[in-house]
Amino acid sequence: MTDALTVSGLRAGYGETVILEDVGFSLPGRGSLAVLGRNGVGKTTLLATIMGRTTWHGGTIIYQGQNIERLEVYERCRRGIGYVPQTREIFPSLTVEENLTVAEAPGKWTLERVYDFFPHLANRRRNGGNQLSGGEQQMLAIGRALMGNPSVLLMDEPFEGLAPIIIEGILKVVETLIREEALAVILVEQHAKMTLRVTQDALVMSRGRVIHSGPSAALLADEELLARLVVAQ
Amino acid sequence: MTRTGSYSGHARIGIMEALPWIAAIAVFFLLPDYLSLGARIMIYILFTLSLDLILGYAGIITLGHSVFLGIGAYAAGILSVKLNINDPFLQLIAGSLMSAVFGLASGAVILRTKNLTLLMLTLAITAIVYEIGNKASWLTGGADGLPGVQVNPFFGRFEFDLWGRTGYIYCVIVLFVVWFVVRRLIYSPFGAMLTGIRENTPRMHALGAPVYQRLLIVYTISAGIAGIAGVLMTQVTQSVGLNVLTFEVAGDVLVMLILGGVGRIYGAFVGPVVYMIAQDLLAKQFPEYWSFGVGVLLIFVVFFARGGILGLVDKIAARGRTP
Repeated sequence: MTDALTVSGLRAGYGETVILEDVGFSLPGRGSLAVLGRNGVGKTTLLATIMGRTTWHGGTIIYQGQNIERLEVYERCRRGIGYVPQTREIFPSLTVEENLTVAEAPGKWTLERVYDFFPHLANRRRNGGNQLSGGEQQMLAIGRALMGNPSVLLMDEPFEGLAPIIIEGILKVVETLIREEALAVILVEQHAKMTLRVTQDALVMSRGRVIHSGPSAALLADEELLARLVVAQ
Repeated sequence: MTRTGSYSGHARIGIMEALPWIAAIAVFFLLPDYLSLGARIMIYILFTLSLDLILGYAGIITLGHSVFLGIGAYAAGILSVKLNINDPFLQLIAGSLMSAVFGLASGAVILRTKNLTLLMLTLAITAIVYEIGNKASWLTGGADGLPGVQVNPFFGRFEFDLWGRTGYIYCVIVLFVVWFVVRRLIYSPFGAMLTGIRENTPRMHALGAPVYQRLLIVYTISAGIAGIAGVLMTQVTQSVGLNVLTFEVAGDVLVMLILGGVGRIYGAFVGPVVYMIAQDLLAKQFPEYWSFGVGVLLIFVVFFARGGILGLVDKIAARGRTP
C-alpha cells in the first residue's frame, strides 16, 4: 500500500532549541500509528512539526509523494492533514455548528455526516464553544478536523482529562475512523495499552528520538518490553 | 444586543435591531435643529463600524485608522476642487476605492506583523500620509485644506441645504446600506473565520484557513468603509483639511468604539452617539475642559464596563434574568 506519510531524518523544535532528532517513520494509507512515550519526550512536538507549527531544522516530511516540510500550516491542512490538538482549542465565542463549519472543506465529511457520527453534537449545535463539557469539546475537536476532509488525521492525547466512560466513547470513534473510514491516523497517547489495541503500528519516543518501532500487537503482547519502553523510561 | 462574533443564530434581523433606525427617523422629525450634529454622528458611526470590523472581529490592532478616513475625504475634495467632478455618488465610489486600494497596499505589508510592531506601523503610515498631505499643497491645499467642495444635487433634485436635512438623510441611507453589508459579513462563515482568527490564529492556520489573506480582505473592506465615511465628511462640510488625518481622529474613533463595546456591531452605534453628545454638552458647559469629562467617562467604562456600554447593558440584563 502507498504510504500516506513518510517522515525521515526529521530535526525540529522551537526556535533554536531542537526537540526532535532524526525522527523517521512511515504511515501507510489507511494505516494507524500509535506514538507513545512519557511526558516531554517530543510526541506533541512531532505532531506539531508535521502540521508545520514548529521550527523545522532538517529532514523530510513526504505526504502523498510530495515534500511538505516547507509548506505553510494551512496548506498542509488543505492538502489533507487534519489535526486534533491536545488542548482541543475550541473557539469559545462560536457555537458548536460555527466551530464545525468555520473552515470546512468539500468532501465526504459534511455537517450532517459529522452530526450522524456525533449525535450529541447535533443536540448542542446552538450552544457556545465555552458551554461544553470536556468530552463534548473533544468530540467537537475531532468533528472539526473531519470537516476539513483529511486523509491523514493527527490526534494528540484525545483521552486526556476525560472520565473513563467518555474515553470509551471517544475510543470507539477513533476505532471507527481507523477501521471503517479509510483514514490514516497518528494517535499520540499516554494510555499505551488502550492505544495499542486500536492501532496497527507503534512508535516509542524518548528524548526526541525514536527508540522503538514495530507492530502494535507485538508490543502489546510483550508486557516486559512495553513496561521498559513506556513505563520505566 | 448581539453576542460577539457569532453568526448562525443571528442571521435574521431582530426587532431590537430596528431601534437605531427608528431613532434616526425620530431625530429627523423631532430634533430638526440638530441635523448637522446628527449627520456628523452618522459619519462617525460609519467610521467606528469600519474600525470594529478589523479590531473587534479580526483582532487587528491599529492606531492609524484615520488614514483611510483622510484618503476618502481628500479623494472627494480633490475630485471636486481640482477635477470639477461633483457627482456625489461618483465621489463616494472613488473615495471608497482609493481608501480600499491604500488599505490593500499598506495591509499587504503591515499585516505580516503583529502586536506592537503592527501598532507602530499603523502610526507610522498615518504620520507619513499626514506629511504628504501637508507638503503636497498643490493637490491637497496643505495646511489650508481644500475649501469650496461642490456636491451636485442628488438625482438632480435634492441639494445640500443650510439646515442639513439632505445631508442627514444621505448619511443615514449610506450608513444603512453599509450596516446591512457589514452585518451580512459578520454573520457569515467569513465573519466566523475572523472571530476564529482573533481567538486563536494558530488554530485557524491548522484548520486550513489562509489567515493572512483573510485579514488582508477584511482590512481592505474596512479601509473602503472608512473611506466612505471620509467622503461623507467632505461632502457634508463641503471642505477637507489635514485634521482628518491626525492621530487625534484615530484616537477618538478608538475611544468611541471602546465606549460602545468592541466586537458588538452596535457598539459602533452607541459609542459615537454617547461620545459626541457628551462632547457637545461638555463643550457648551466647560469649553476649556470638555476633554476632562470624556476622560472620566472613558475611565468609568474601562473600570466598570469592560465590554463598553453595551457590555454593561448585557450584564444588567443577565442579572435581571437570574432568579
